[in-house]
Amino acid sequence: MDAIEIHVNGKKLGVRVDPDTPLLYVLRNDLGLKGTRAGCAEGQCMSCTVIISGRPQTACTVPVGSVAGQAVETVESLLGEDANHPLFDCVIEEQAGQCGYCLAGILMRAKALLDRQLAPTREDITSALDGHLCRCGAHARIIRAVERAAQAARARP
Amino acid sequence: MTTIASSPSLTQNPCCSDWIELSREGVVVLKSGKVEIGQGIATALVQIAADELDVAPAQVELVSGHTARGPLEAGTSSSLSIETGGRAVRLAASAVRAILLAEAAKLLQAPVEALSVAQGSIMNSGRETDLTYWSLATTVDLSAAVLEHARPKAPAERRLTGTSMPRIDLAAKAAGAGFIHDLELPGMLHGRTLDPPASGRRLECFDEAALKHAFPNVQIVRDGSFVGVIAEREDIAVRAIARAARLAGWSGGFEVRQVMRNAIAADSSAVEFVAGRGDFESAHGRRITTEIERPYLSHASIAPSCAIARWEGDALEIHSHSQAVHDMRAPLATAFGIDADKIVIIHVPGAGTYGHSGQDDAAYEAALLARAVPGRPVRVLWSRAADFSLAPLGPGAVVKAEAKVDSEGRITALSIQSQSQAHVSRSGRGGTINLVAAERLAVPMAKGAPPDVPLERGGGADRNGMPFYAVPNIHVSKRILRDLPYRTSALRALGGYANIFAIETLMDDIAAATGADPIALRLAHLDDPRAAAVISKAAEMAGWPGSQGQGEGLGLGFCQYKNRSAYCAVVARVVCDERVRLTHAWAVVDAGEAINPDGLMNQIEGGIVQSASWTLKERVTFEGDAVTTRDWEAYPILRFSEVPEIKVSLIVRPELPALGVGEAATGPTAAAIGNAVHRALGLRVRTLPITRDAILAAAEQAQGTTGTTGA
Repeated sequence: MDAIEIHVNGKKLGVRVDPDTPLLYVLRNDLGLKGTRAGCAEGQCMSCTVIISGRPQTACTVPVGSVAGQAVETVESLLGEDANHPLFDCVIEEQAGQCGYCLAGILMRAKALLDRQLAPTREDITSALDGHLCRCGAHARIIRAVERAAQAARARP
Repeated sequence: MTTIASSPSLTQNPCCSDWIELSREGVVVLKSGKVEIGQGIATALVQIAADELDVAPAQVELVSGHTARGPLEAGTSSSLSIETGGRAVRLAASAVRAILLAEAAKLLQAPVEALSVAQGSIMNSGRETDLTYWSLATTVDLSAAVLEHARPKAPAERRLTGTSMPRIDLAAKAAGAGFIHDLELPGMLHGRTLDPPASGRRLECFDEAALKHAFPNVQIVRDGSFVGVIAEREDIAVRAIARAARLAGWSGGFEVRQVMRNAIAADSSAVEFVAGRGDFESAHGRRITTEIERPYLSHASIAPSCAIARWEGDALEIHSHSQAVHDMRAPLATAFGIDADKIVIIHVPGAGTYGHSGQDDAAYEAALLARAVPGRPVRVLWSRAADFSLAPLGPGAVVKAEAKVDSEGRITALSIQSQSQAHVSRSGRGGTINLVAAERLAVPMAKGAPPDVPLERGGGADRNGMPFYAVPNIHVSKRILRDLPYRTSALRALGGYANIFAIETLMDDIAAATGADPIALRLAHLDDPRAAAVISKAAEMAGWPGSQGQGEGLGLGFCQYKNRSAYCAVVARVVCDERVRLTHAWAVVDAGEAINPDGLMNQIEGGIVQSASWTLKERVTFEGDAVTTRDWEAYPILRFSEVPEIKVSLIVRPELPALGVGEAATGPTAAAIGNAVHRALGLRVRTLPITRDAILAAAEQAQGTTGTTGA
């Protein structure tokens, strides 16, 4: 089995697995990046959302072979040694979660949104997140957190 | 000395050392049987302990839901974790502080009143001393009884409780390995189990040889109709079980009457009297009746059930996200024929589950698989379909609510009859085993029929069946249906969801029939000022009565959860066009002392959204005995574009006991939505969920008959 090279959170990594293996299991089990959540494994709940070459996608439905050479961003990329991405900090500041299982996927969808749109409206945020399921009912806080993070991102030098 | 209100949690765990350990310098180990399920209890318990001990929250290390380390508390349910678990922690922490300060006073030859504590260091008249909790702990006996030494702080002395300390666990859950799903034990293997189409089915044929041929490195475990696979890699286990599903044929299953009302009418179970006063039948007045139906509901946790089990000889260690780790040991001991003290269960948080879903089943199945690989931990993760179709469901219910109303518009009598399957069927309650895989073994284990929760413990089908209103004649009864085949157990608020919906629907129907304002009618029948206060304030926040008709309206729902926990009033605003849209919800809550006000509000906000989701969208459907809502497309829940604007206001009473809030908004929200739809359209939808189709059906019915009937 040849190694598949993927770029995860800025690092070039090689994994020796069947190319049909869903990216989800490679991230979580081979690379130890447990922040990407395993949810329905059917592409419906969106909790495993990661960003692949700038586009948010569910890691449970993407075979690792198809992302060879592409840049994959996971929720761990939002944590920094000096500073976190404002999205992460704002989720904590707003206490925008209860069980928290949906948050990692939502954070990545929101990051993809903020990466391409500096000043999203509430409707932009709601519609971007609409496919993401949250069972605890933290939606309103999550929307507030994303709005706040967008403001913070705009204020950054 | 004033008497201190105890906590049921102290009965089995009376010693300070059952709750607190000071064996590591600088660290307070706090032990609790109540577990974190997303409701913020871990943070609240740390706040309480740090407050009573005068240490920093960061110095408190919480061990919760660990059967070997204790304390043995009842499961995390019924919104009791603050009321009983939090109370026990407060008393225990205060007792530890009192014992250690008494010892310090002796050593320093100072009056105890002169001593204070800063981060666990003892101060004498504000000056530092050499003494700390940890140095003193080596000489005092912390096995002393909590109740003999407890001296909890007066409300005015508390610094941490009453503040909105951020959750201690949220960061790891947002972007770390915060869940049992993320736990990777050394040498861990991955298991998956084969899902039958429904819980009672038998495996008729299974080509094990073909599976072995296709996956030579996968271990296959079979016991009767139970099949599982174990693999080094999770993705291989997933593929192997998918192949196994194609190699399996199932038999069994049966027809079930589809319409719940008919099924309930045909059930032979007896009606039991629950509670009451006066005499409903002989009370005078015009009779007003409503009968509501709630469907079976799924817990629909975002993450499927997960567990990790490991056998070492006849000792079993399980990591589980069960809400009742202590209760699980006895049934597992019976199932495996070992002593309960050979089993250690350690709670690790999962995604929110809101009751008894598949957590315990996953633990059992992990233990079944792990037996094949002694010494190695085996992680089982259920499929999404299993979580929807094999885990217990929140039971469907029919509730009939009747009133008699005199010529002045006074309610003279109320009668409530709740009918449903049992609301709690956890293994271990009443010596029963309720593990779905146990029915599939070659020698199946008999499933017990657990009793519904008695009213002293908050009630099951009859939870909140007792109307809170000051009415002289009340009759409450229930019928627990035994003949239906569905697997049911606890889902948030149990019978309180349907009962509050029924009672509060009836109140609005009475108001409509007598020309009264729904708020005024309620206030005229309440003698508890705390109840009146939450209702009045919610009405004020919402701008009651608001605009009414033309597809727009406000509606109110109220309860005191379990008639003894938090008071909660919710006003909903709906706009009915192509569908019912819940645009706003205002809630007022009185939970006495608020340990963490923001956490409390978060629970109410979430309770509103989840109840709105049930009330507007959710229904489990069946084909015979098999659940057909097996994925998120078949079982949609409220989405970001559908959540309302929510405003929550707290009435905080620091001098009064802290009351549980986790389930307080569930019933009132449903009732508020139903009543808002009624005021918006003049139509009463009595069959949940309130979908467009349900409204059309109600409109059709209204053309044939009137909503209320005369005496």
